[in-house]
Parts: sequence; C-alpha cells; structure tokens
Amino acid sequence: MKRALALVLVLAGCSTAQPSASTGEITVFAAASLTESFQKLGQEFEAAHPGTKVVFNFGGSSALAQQINQGAPADVFASAAPANMKQVTDTGAITAAPVTFAKNTLQIAVPRGNPGKVTGLADFAKPDLKIALCAEQVPCGAAAKKVFAAAGVTAAPDTLEQDVKAVLTKVSLGEVDAALVYRTDVRAAGAKVEGEDFAEAAGAVNDYPIAPLAKAPAAAKDFVDFVLSERGRAVLTEAGFAAP
Amino acid sequence: MRSRLPVVLVLPAVVGLAFLLVPLAGLLVEAPWTSLPAQLFSTEVVQALRLSLVCASLATVVCLVLGVPLAWLLARSELPGRGLLRALVTVPLVLPPVVGGVALLLVLGRRGVVGQHLDQWFGISLPFTTAGVVLAEAFVAMPFLVISVEGALRAADPRYEEAAATLGASRWLTFRRVTLPSVMPGVVAGTVLCWARALGEFGATITFAGNFPGRTTTMPLAVYLALETDPDAAIVLSIVLLLVSVAVLAGLRDRWIRT
Repeated sequence: MKRALALVLVLAGCSTAQPSASTGEITVFAAASLTESFQKLGQEFEAAHPGTKVVFNFGGSSALAQQINQGAPADVFASAAPANMKQVTDTGAITAAPVTFAKNTLQIAVPRGNPGKVTGLADFAKPDLKIALCAEQVPCGAAAKKVFAAAGVTAAPDTLEQDVKAVLTKVSLGEVDAALVYRTDVRAAGAKVEGEDFAEAAGAVNDYPIAPLAKAPAAAKDFVDFVLSERGRAVLTEAGFAAP
Repeated sequence: MRSRLPVVLVLPAVVGLAFLLVPLAGLLVEAPWTSLPAQLFSTEVVQALRLSLVCASLATVVCLVLGVPLAWLLARSELPGRGLLRALVTVPLVLPPVVGGVALLLVLGRRGVVGQHLDQWFGISLPFTTAGVVLAEAFVAMPFLVISVEGALRAADPRYEEAAATLGASRWLTFRRVTLPSVMPGVVAGTVLCWARALGEFGATITFAGNFPGRTTTMPLAVYLALETDPDAAIVLSIVLLLVSVAVLAGLRDRWIRT
C-alpha cells in the first residue's frame, strides 16, 4: 500500500515537474466564435508537439472570464472582447500582455433566399420585418448598438438574444428576416444563412486578445505563439476573421 | 405511541435538506443587500416579475385544462399502447428545454408545420409574443401535473366511481363529483410543481419566444442576461424571484391545508 502511494507521488511529480518542455495537457478557454478554427489549430499543434494534448472549453467570453477568476483550470484565454480579457488581467490571473490575434466585423444575416428583401441597415427599422439582435449585455449586441448609432438607424428588434448561436437558430429556421452577427458566425452557420456586408460595420470592429495564464506551463505560451504564427493566421482567415 | 426517530432516516433527511438549502444560503450570503431595494423597484424588474407571474399562472391554467383530462385518460381508459403514451408524456421532462424550444419553433414557428398555416390563414404568429412564452412554459411544465394527477388517480380506489355509476351517475358526473374530489391532493401538488417549473422556465422560453423587455423577458431571462455583465444584479434578481415564489406557495399552502 505504502509502495503504491509512493509510486503515485512519483508519477504525479513527473507530470508537473517539467515546465520547460512543451508536453503535457494544456487547457484553452476560448470564445465560442473560435470553436471551429481553434479545434483545427489544436489538432495541428498536437501533431507538431507529440505528447501534448490541447483541451478546449468554448463559451461566452464573459462567462469564461468569470470561470477563470473563480479558479477554473485554464492555461490560455482567448477572448472575443478586450473588456473580458481585462477582467482577468485585473485580478492578476494573467500577467503577460494580451496580444490581439484576430478581428471580427458584423454582417447582416438573412435566411437563404432573403425572404424579407433586406439590403441594408435601414431595413432593421421596418416594423413589419422580424428582426433578431444580440442583447446589449453580450459583445455582438454592444457592437450592433454602436453601428446603429453610427448609421442613425433606430432598430425595431423583435427579440434580443442571449448569444450569437441563438440568433443564428432563428435566422436559419426563417423565424426572423434579418439579424446582425459576426461574419465568422455567418460562415459557420452553413447554407441556410446568407451574409451581407454593410459599410457601417467598419465602425464596430471587434478585437480578439489572447494570453497565457500566469501559472500556465510553457506549452501554453507555445500554443499562443502558434495561434499568432503564419499558419494560425491562415486558419483564422479561412474562418472569416480579419488580420489584426 | 411516539418513539425515537430512526437515525437511518433522519440522517439522510438532514443531509438532503442541507443539500437543497446550502446553495440558497450561498446566494443570500453573497447578495449585495444594499442595492436590493433599488433593484426591486426598478421598472425592468417589476416588468419582468409581473410578466413571469402572469405567464406562469396562465401556463398553469392551460396545463390544468388539458393535463387533468389527459391524466384521467392515461389512468382510467383502456387505450391500446397506454404504457408507451405514458412514457411519451414525460418527453418534455427529459428533453433539454432549448431543444423543446426548437421543436416548438419547428411546429408553431412562422415556417413551422402548423405555424405557417396559422400565419397565412389567421395572421397569427406565436414566436416573440407573450402567448409564445405561455406556450413554451406550458410545454415544459405540463408533465409535472400529468404525472402527479395520474399517480393520484391510480392510487384512488375505483370502487367509489363504480358505486356512483351503479347509482346512475354519468361518467362526467362521476368524474366531477367523485373522482376529482378524491384526487384533489394530487391535483394541488401537480399544480404547485407545474407553476413552479413554469416560473423558472428559461431554455424553451428564450428559444421559442425570444427575449424582449415587457413582452417576453421573464425573470429567468433577465437573470441570465444580468449575469453577463453584472453578477451582483443577477443574484439580487434571483433572490427577488425566490422570495416572491416562496411567498406565493407558502400563502396558498396554508389555504389548502385549512380546507
């Protein structure tokens, strides 16, 4: 029994006592909009660093920031908004300077075939059209508010959804005629949703910062570097993100 | 006849009670009490609270009108495949509420199987309306009512009904004057469960009815969105919802016990 215990202690020591080599498991907390691109990057990172395993926790950036501040075991945090990154740097959980690795812009999302004949932001003021926006409390809603203010349009939404995915569900089912979501979300939604660019989107570009946590192993820094590399940029561009 | 309470029962009972109440105590300890009064009387909270109470009550009425007869059918009729039906009735319990909301959209939405006709023929569109909130809540809450009423019906002695029938009462009269009074405790318990579940409903509501202040933003939706930016406000909102629901249930309970 004693010997077994000693063995366990030795093994436990092994797995934590090599912070220098890029091996072991790292946990990446990333904004939900990064799901597809980060999963791809994670697989490539694992292939390039045998013995390393990347585990993801995707979710809303504000929820992730709260989880990290409550002591969740994160090694890397990739946020969809600088404000949520600041919540984590404020508590000292992250001491490295966060780096912006991608930018996202809003697009008008309409169901396939555009049944509401929506052509621009002005259509969001029409009361007879069904409109979905994100709630102001979540990043896509805050960005939408900004572009409407800049365009001088008073939007007449029928619903203020809790996240982008909920908005896209309503668009793809044809329950609403138009919505404002990020370009990457439109691309991830597939054929049932069409995206339209609009000029005012330039006024509300969203920065995505990334940083390793203060207590993270070296592999976490390597993963951040990989996201910032040329290959990382290529995968993110493919998903619809703009370069920082 | 009173003897000592058996430890094998009391100990797990106390642990169970603590398990249910400690998280609640956590909320109360963390609550920013100083900002509670200001939150309580803000128009948004009053609006969301009123909408929650109205919708949960309407949903409970819908459940009673449809659910009690359904429970009777499941308990008393000789329908073939009754076992399967009984299992199907519990589907909304098992289904993640968000999936339930999507299912409602697929049927009653603007492009839904039934919804497209409602829209074309009558100009009725249920998503994003208060009626949609009531429907979503009723969908999720009805199984609680059906199961408890059906359980009460199956435990009730059918000989009273048979006696009423031999005395010449019709089945409807028997149901009203004999069956229903004998299962009243089950109906009351089911109604409480149903109302409480409807009041706390989140997933199906936000998916089917969306979120718009004054129209479809019930308290659980307001709590969820407050959590995004202001966790303290979310705790205060949760406590308001808890206090109101406990007050309503305790008040009604006293009345029921006296009768």
